[in-house]
Amino acid sequence: MTAGARRVCLGAAGVLLAFGLAQFVLWAGGVDQAVFPLPSTVVGSAVDMLGDGSFWTATIQTLTSWVEGLGIAVGLGVLLGLVLGTLPWAESAVRSLVEFLRPIPSVILLPLVLLITQESHESEVVLIAIAALWPVLINAIYGIAEVDPMATQTLRSFGFSPWAIAWRVSLPSAAPFIATGVRIAASVAFVVAVAVELIGTGMDGLGSYLIQEQSGTAGVAPLLAVAALSGLLGLLLNAVLVGADHRVFRWHHLRTAAADAP
Amino acid sequence: MRRLAAPAAQLGVLIVVIAAWQLATGSGTSPYFLPPSAIVSFMYHQWFDGPASHLWLTSDATGNLLPSLGRMLVGLVIASLIGVAVGVAIGRVRVLAELAEPLVHFGRAIPPPVMVPFFLFLFKIGTPMEAASIAFGVVWPVLLNTIDGARHVHPGQLETARAFRIGPVQRLVRVILPAAAPKIFAGLRLGVAMALILMVVSEFQGATDGIGYEVANAQTTLDMSTIWGAIVFLGLLGVVLNLIFAVAERRALAWQRGSARAE
Amino acid sequence: MLEINGLTRTYGSHKAIADVSLQVADGELVSIVGPSGCGKSTLLRCVAGLLTPTAGRVVLNGTVVTRVPDRLGVVFQDYSRSLYPWLSVADNVALPLVRGKRRPADRRKAAFTALESVGLAGFAGRYPWQLSGGMQQRVAIARALAYDPVLLLMDEPFGSVDAQTREDLEDLVLRVRVERSITILLVTHDIDESVYTGDRVVVLSKGPGTVLAEVPVNLPAPRDQISTKELREFAHLRTEVSRLVRGTRQSPLPEPPLTHL
Repeated sequence: MTAGARRVCLGAAGVLLAFGLAQFVLWAGGVDQAVFPLPSTVVGSAVDMLGDGSFWTATIQTLTSWVEGLGIAVGLGVLLGLVLGTLPWAESAVRSLVEFLRPIPSVILLPLVLLITQESHESEVVLIAIAALWPVLINAIYGIAEVDPMATQTLRSFGFSPWAIAWRVSLPSAAPFIATGVRIAASVAFVVAVAVELIGTGMDGLGSYLIQEQSGTAGVAPLLAVAALSGLLGLLLNAVLVGADHRVFRWHHLRTAAADAP
Repeated sequence: MRRLAAPAAQLGVLIVVIAAWQLATGSGTSPYFLPPSAIVSFMYHQWFDGPASHLWLTSDATGNLLPSLGRMLVGLVIASLIGVAVGVAIGRVRVLAELAEPLVHFGRAIPPPVMVPFFLFLFKIGTPMEAASIAFGVVWPVLLNTIDGARHVHPGQLETARAFRIGPVQRLVRVILPAAAPKIFAGLRLGVAMALILMVVSEFQGATDGIGYEVANAQTTLDMSTIWGAIVFLGLLGVVLNLIFAVAERRALAWQRGSARAE
Repeated sequence: MLEINGLTRTYGSHKAIADVSLQVADGELVSIVGPSGCGKSTLLRCVAGLLTPTAGRVVLNGTVVTRVPDRLGVVFQDYSRSLYPWLSVADNVALPLVRGKRRPADRRKAAFTALESVGLAGFAGRYPWQLSGGMQQRVAIARALAYDPVLLLMDEPFGSVDAQTREDLEDLVLRVRVERSITILLVTHDIDESVYTGDRVVVLSKGPGTVLAEVPVNLPAPRDQISTKELREFAHLRTEVSRLVRGTRQSPLPEPPLTHL
């Protein structure tokens, strides 16, 4: 059996094992089903949910906020990163500000933002953007700073303007690093999206859907079903981004792999 | 003189920002943006104006700030222990790694806030529910980074340990853990960021005290002071935690920087 | 004191060593040399008990080697991966002694004595990555010595250092061997080194490695980097070994570049 096939087989075996073990222990152990539903019940609930139109609506709402917030963060992050990355003194001066703002969990800003905008969807997007900004910004700064000065100086000597240089050299060079930052930001954005939808008033999306299920009569299985489906959604989003990264930046990955090889 | 330039510039920028903020809001033009002076004054009176015997913490501080911090600590510690223990096992035992891989990736993909209602249902309102939520969020980055670190211990280092008949337990403690420590630290850092988010979310959902709870209340009463106080407090908390981490990391992993530089 | 009988080790379909037999007497320094890919490192690891042979066996002082035997010191080629960067030089040297349940003070003392014998007494508090390559390898040697071994295995220990340092380290090994009367197995690709240090040179054939020849080295002791290498006997021995090593290469194709450098 090849190594790849072995991984797939054992991986599948692991999932089945965990599922089967949990199923058996909960069933045989006589644990209260209302608190710890059987995995099969959760799966059943998830399947039902997939047939529920409002679930899909909620999912699309969350994804919309996710895309919007992430888009703002990437645009702003790349722009700021470009500026700060090329002006080292600016980056150094701003660093302490960044280090103070970055650790603030953006969810704590929700009451403030809600009060100001009076609009739930806008607030959600703003908070997602704030949280997702940092990974993009930091990676962009790093990526731009890593650009080979020879390349930029060569173009400068040919009379290219700073903007042209940024567009033709700095950005493409830094793009793989920025892409990594975007992937991290995407994951953070998803977490914050759900968090805001959970704690905010007047929200829609998966978080709000979850609240509805919470007050429903179907017990706890739907809660876990939403969690499981969210996990699958997260895997899907990540897979899409990783796939895009590998295709768009094939040259970068090949180059770094060659550099790493002895 | 040169060496002071960077920190001085950073301090300067901070001062300028705060000053500008004060100027813009000082006259009370915006009902939503409080001037820094008002925020600091509020925080002092609300939380830090207590008796010296209580470390100057007011009853509000001990009743809200401390519980929040305590929950975070509990969640962090539990999740770190589990994450490192399981992570080392998975990282070192190939069969375990292959069995667990899809499960770990799936677990990591679940956005932790989505589990809060479940934990609320399980533990009802109170500290266990919050600690569990926080732990759920922290465990995944710690676990994944530990797996990565434990898996990539250089074979030469392990072979040397075997050549000198260093037993499996000693190998774990004296070789594998130190070698994986840089990655474990990185995971812990990510975990702390998650812990902050989940502390707020879980306290909004199921608490009767804590900083998240205070903010949730302040939202309904339009108590801008508390809202801003909480924002600044959490910002400071995050900065302090990062600082503690940076210092601890620098001391524990000083060898790593030196070693990497030498290569 | 060391008997290797018909040692064979296969990795899947690739046979690294085949039917290697060798005897080493107490206090001998045996050099093992051979072309790249002859399985020298595999042989050493089997002797050390780090690898299980596919066939044949290793007997150390009357006991068959199944796991890593006691009182065996090993020095690897890659010192950067063998010394632990999170431990100071002294702690690195003392680490193998942790097993023996000696008190920390005794362990420190033993480590310090070992460091003295390799001339690094003043560097106990430093970290390995603060030292040069040659000094790091000395630390590795000190670590093996602190362990008080009866057999010292060295796997191309001087392959990663410059020529001058290599000569100093060769002399260090010779001195240490006389001071402590230990038995040493030195694997090397450097033919001069094998003749200079060894009482006997064992030449392995190209992979799958087997003992091609054993060349006794009748050079006077103590060896000296200048005077010993001036002797006609040295040149003669080194030519013979060289011929044996090169003779196992496949001709008539032009000789491949020396990839081990």
